[in-house]
Amino acid sequence: MKRQVPLFITFFVGTLLILSVFIPPMENLGENFTLFFDIIAVFAFFLGGGNLLRVHFKKLSKKKRDWQYSIVTICGFFFMLAAGLFKIGNPGDIASSVTAEGSLFQTIYTNMFVPLGSTMYALLGFFVASASYRAFRAKNREATILLIAAFIILLGRTPFGTMLTVWIPDSMSIAQIPNLAIWIMNSFNLAGQRAILIGIGLGVVSMSLRLILGVERTYLGDDSA
Amino acid sequence: MTVHNSLILPLVTFHDVGMVVSLLAIAAGLIWLFIRSLKGMEVDRRIIFLFIFAAVAAPLLFPFTFSEKATPVVKALFNKVESLPPGSHVLLSYDFDPAMAPEVQPMANAFTRHCLEKGHKVIYMCLFATGQGQFEETMRDVIAPEFPDKVDGVDYVNLGYKAGNEGVLNVIVTDFEKMFPTDVNTVPYDSIEVFKGIKSCKDLDLIISIGGGRPGIKEWVLFVGDQADVPIATGVAAVVAPQLYPYYPKQLLGLLGGIKGAAEYESELVRNYPRFKDSPTPGLKMMGPQTLAHMVIMSFIVIGNIIFFTQRRRERKS
Repeated sequence: MKRQVPLFITFFVGTLLILSVFIPPMENLGENFTLFFDIIAVFAFFLGGGNLLRVHFKKLSKKKRDWQYSIVTICGFFFMLAAGLFKIGNPGDIASSVTAEGSLFQTIYTNMFVPLGSTMYALLGFFVASASYRAFRAKNREATILLIAAFIILLGRTPFGTMLTVWIPDSMSIAQIPNLAIWIMNSFNLAGQRAILIGIGLGVVSMSLRLILGVERTYLGDDSA
Repeated sequence: MTVHNSLILPLVTFHDVGMVVSLLAIAAGLIWLFIRSLKGMEVDRRIIFLFIFAAVAAPLLFPFTFSEKATPVVKALFNKVESLPPGSHVLLSYDFDPAMAPEVQPMANAFTRHCLEKGHKVIYMCLFATGQGQFEETMRDVIAPEFPDKVDGVDYVNLGYKAGNEGVLNVIVTDFEKMFPTDVNTVPYDSIEVFKGIKSCKDLDLIISIGGGRPGIKEWVLFVGDQADVPIATGVAAVVAPQLYPYYPKQLLGLLGGIKGAAEYESELVRNYPRFKDSPTPGLKMMGPQTLAHMVIMSFIVIGNIIFFTQRRRERKS
């Protein structure tokens, strides 16, 4: 029974949602199911917040490595939660947007979260540079092709690419580096990406069918199926 | 006036000198590494980091900009916004977080500038919780200072964030009000003028998703563009752009990739609307650091290969 009920729900909802796409009168039903999904999705935030607190309180109580950072995380979490829930410093009333200009929530977001997030992402630039120096080496034929393509794309993304090949006449414009970069993206890259997408699509269809028909049961915690 | 000139002139000279000195320093350093590489000497990781830092910092401290020309993928989107009659409904979805913002926020601001200048009705929403905060950046930097006469609810509206990823799209493709009964300021859907004659995404004239993560443009194409037959375009981080080429030009009418895409759109906007000549153009400004960083990376690729071949030749000899 513990297995039959979830299997039946999966089969019922899955089949209904597929039918709702193909049968117009059932369109509304599909929409309502999606709304249920959206409501459930909101609860994921409670779960996420709860899990974050659980993990960090545990780390704090057991004084695990770098436990001091957990204090910052927990304090930051509650501080932002309070700023958002009670709309501290909001220029409007309680009904106004939580991100209204001048609110404490938006001030912290703009002055702390935005620069920190951008900094973390910007650090990637250093590692990309170091990795390209080490990895892009013409060790064999495949690596050489990759190297040449990367070189053209990199150059094509800068105004230097245009400057270097601006003398090439329009009749031979394909040889201009920016156009060459676009050609690589539109032909070789496109073919590869499309193949991957079709593969993923087929995989999704097959996995969905396995779930609906009850062949795939790992989501129930059953590894034997 | 004379006083101003005498103050500005040395500053301009200082910038020029600073830029030339920085470029010379970077070039000299690279030549030194190049000579070392001929002897087969590897470059320490920290030296690479130092060069990248210099390549990014120098153009930020002593800015220099390049003129950009819109490529067909960017031009297609610009022309679409341009060709829509005033009063058309354009949806801008802020599907990004602060990490992606340096690359895509300039696009979001440029789209807003273009749409409001053309007199389109702009609907803002986001599939990322952080998108709502990013919209406030547009509000502060573009709408409030450059379009003070535009009224919230009449010329534009912000619907904010709703959880559910593609689930949100699956509903708004047939009914906006079901998912967004009010805007972000709790104004009821029925009393928002922007939504007059708009029931679902099917009634929109253009949708632009800005971001690069998930949920993002792929979900917009799959759940809205294909189903509702609405023109969709996107502006994404450079790293994501290659994955979207299979959708262009049928499912995506235009595609802006990274800072380069933003810079191309901004340059096209300034070219067509001289009013924006003095408006901030972060995309164009950031092309300086990006160009120099790319040149440094390419130099290191060359140096790395010289070292590789030198070492291999030595190994063969020995």
